[in-house]
Amino acid sequence: MDILDILFSAAFWAATVRIASPLIFATLGELLCERAGVLNLGIEGIMVAGAFAGWIAVWAGLPLWGGVAVAFLVGAMLGGVHSVLSVPFGLSQHVVGIGMTLLATSLTFYMYRVILPEVSSPPKITAFQPLDIPVLSDIPFFGAALFSQTALTYLAFLLAAVMAYVLYRTPLGLAVRAAGERPEAVATQGLSVTAIRMGAVIVGSGLMAIGGAFLTLSAFDSFFFEMVNGRGWICIALVVFGAWRPGKAVLGALLFAAFDAFQIRLQQTPMGAFLPYQFFLMMPYILSILALIVMSRRADVPAALMVPFNKGER
Amino acid sequence: MRLEPISAPTPARRIVPPVLALVATLVVTSVLVMIAGRAPGDVLRQIVIGAVGSKFALLETLNRTTPLIFTGLAVAVAFRAKLWNIGAEAQLYAGAVITVILGTGAMSAPSFVMLPVLAVAAFIAGALILLGPVILKTRLGVDEVVTTLLFNFIFLLFVSFLLEGPLKDPMGMGWPKSARMLPEGRLPRIFDGVRLHWGFGVALIAALVIWVMDAKSTLGFEMRAVGQNRDAARFAGIPVTSVMIKTAVISGGLAALAGFSEVSGLKGSLTLDLSPGFGYTGIVVAMLALLHPLGVVVAAFFVAAIFVGADSMSRAIGVPSYIADIMLASALLFMVLAILLTKFRVRRD
Repeated sequence: MDILDILFSAAFWAATVRIASPLIFATLGELLCERAGVLNLGIEGIMVAGAFAGWIAVWAGLPLWGGVAVAFLVGAMLGGVHSVLSVPFGLSQHVVGIGMTLLATSLTFYMYRVILPEVSSPPKITAFQPLDIPVLSDIPFFGAALFSQTALTYLAFLLAAVMAYVLYRTPLGLAVRAAGERPEAVATQGLSVTAIRMGAVIVGSGLMAIGGAFLTLSAFDSFFFEMVNGRGWICIALVVFGAWRPGKAVLGALLFAAFDAFQIRLQQTPMGAFLPYQFFLMMPYILSILALIVMSRRADVPAALMVPFNKGER
Repeated sequence: MRLEPISAPTPARRIVPPVLALVATLVVTSVLVMIAGRAPGDVLRQIVIGAVGSKFALLETLNRTTPLIFTGLAVAVAFRAKLWNIGAEAQLYAGAVITVILGTGAMSAPSFVMLPVLAVAAFIAGALILLGPVILKTRLGVDEVVTTLLFNFIFLLFVSFLLEGPLKDPMGMGWPKSARMLPEGRLPRIFDGVRLHWGFGVALIAALVIWVMDAKSTLGFEMRAVGQNRDAARFAGIPVTSVMIKTAVISGGLAALAGFSEVSGLKGSLTLDLSPGFGYTGIVVAMLALLHPLGVVVAAFFVAAIFVGADSMSRAIGVPSYIADIMLASALLFMVLAILLTKFRVRRD
């Protein structure tokens, strides 16, 4: 198999869309937080918690969509804690975020051990199955690549469209963006910057958790400790890469996923025997850092990102 | 609600919130222990006994304290200058890798030459690791939180490659581990017959040096000034970029000394599980110490005690040892909030 064979196989593009899906959920969640002015470094831990919560709920008997809802709620609750500390109290978003990641990760691992004390390998669930979209999935090549995914993948792309619409076409979206750019202008309008920012962090964290749950409910059918493995940090890079815009963030996630799918397949070529596998596994992280460097010159960052707002203080 | 600065906090104002933070941490812990179906009192007692209840336990805790002093100092130094170094894990492994390369046969020298060379080489390796993200930050404005975090993953994969390739012990029965350190490259024990190595002594010295530097030197002053207000510091003529780079060198170097001390003092070889997250735990240590170098020593002991105690409690009672990580993460969050409340009053609009 050489490089062209990889690029012209429908399986490669299907894998790209699949790998991109959890990144899209979590990147959109982070984007929402940052657009409102809050950097959410809890993302990595919230994804771990979401992956576990959704999976354990389904294992306990809930339907798959119930698992997605549970993941969202758990993420939103963790986001609630983050938002109380970082918004009204205005504590360092770096410290709160890292603390939330440590807390959410350790809570998850603790609950896993409490609920499943003696298991050597985690139980499996019946995950989301691919859903062929009528007519579209019959298109040669593209059908197999794009329209034979699970329902959760379609939801990810739908969510990106909804997020773009809400952010740019509704008064609510305007208020969210303004809270991240010029909070005093929002306060002048009689709106509560605190409420807007807290709401954005809570909803955004719920979306991050769904991104985590995608791993256990759709990509795989079980939960492992090292499952999220830095995907949260990669999503923070993707928000920067996407210049804080939903559409560009989705493109970034797809580009990133294509690269990831490509490196997995490249490992099976003669080059894979030449280069140790660790270097292939490094590529996503290196790519994320490169993306940050390339995009660093652009000034799209929300002006009030990481700046606490204390009403009446000038 | 809004926050109003308190100009002259009363003693009660300064003491009550941190005490409440500790109480809140214990409440969270107790609730989780009860979810696991055990009695909180038993669990806490076992943690204390397991941490400091015997000579063996205390030595175990002190050995665990050593790397945490280094990573805690690394984070404290960096955070004081608002340099968000979350990459202490990678820097620790960089120090360990250099220690193993030089200490397993690449150089031969008597112990009193070898050990300083290993320590300095490790320090330099850690400093170089952090220099990359810091130059990206000062030159291009790339956020160092994300780059240092991502670099942890890259470097751990690199160590994994080294341990399965160039550094693999030919006598290691196929396990991904390095060869043993030469005897000249091993840190001796502080007292004969007591399982505590000189890494602990070096860590205490490092804390003293950083404290003196912080309190007495121009660099210490400049670092704090840069941390408090970068623009004001630049306006006052402080060379901000140069201060950031010096901070990075010290911070990365300190974290790497943790790797040196663990390999040379405790383990004697390098494996991929050398650090169970000492780099990340260093953040908790530094924050609980309020970024004070001597406070780091106390906080590192406290954190190590909880980890060692929870391990032993978990073997005895069966509550998962992850309870230790939960205690520390919630203590961190409650404490930053408590510190805020010692300085600000919450007013309702």
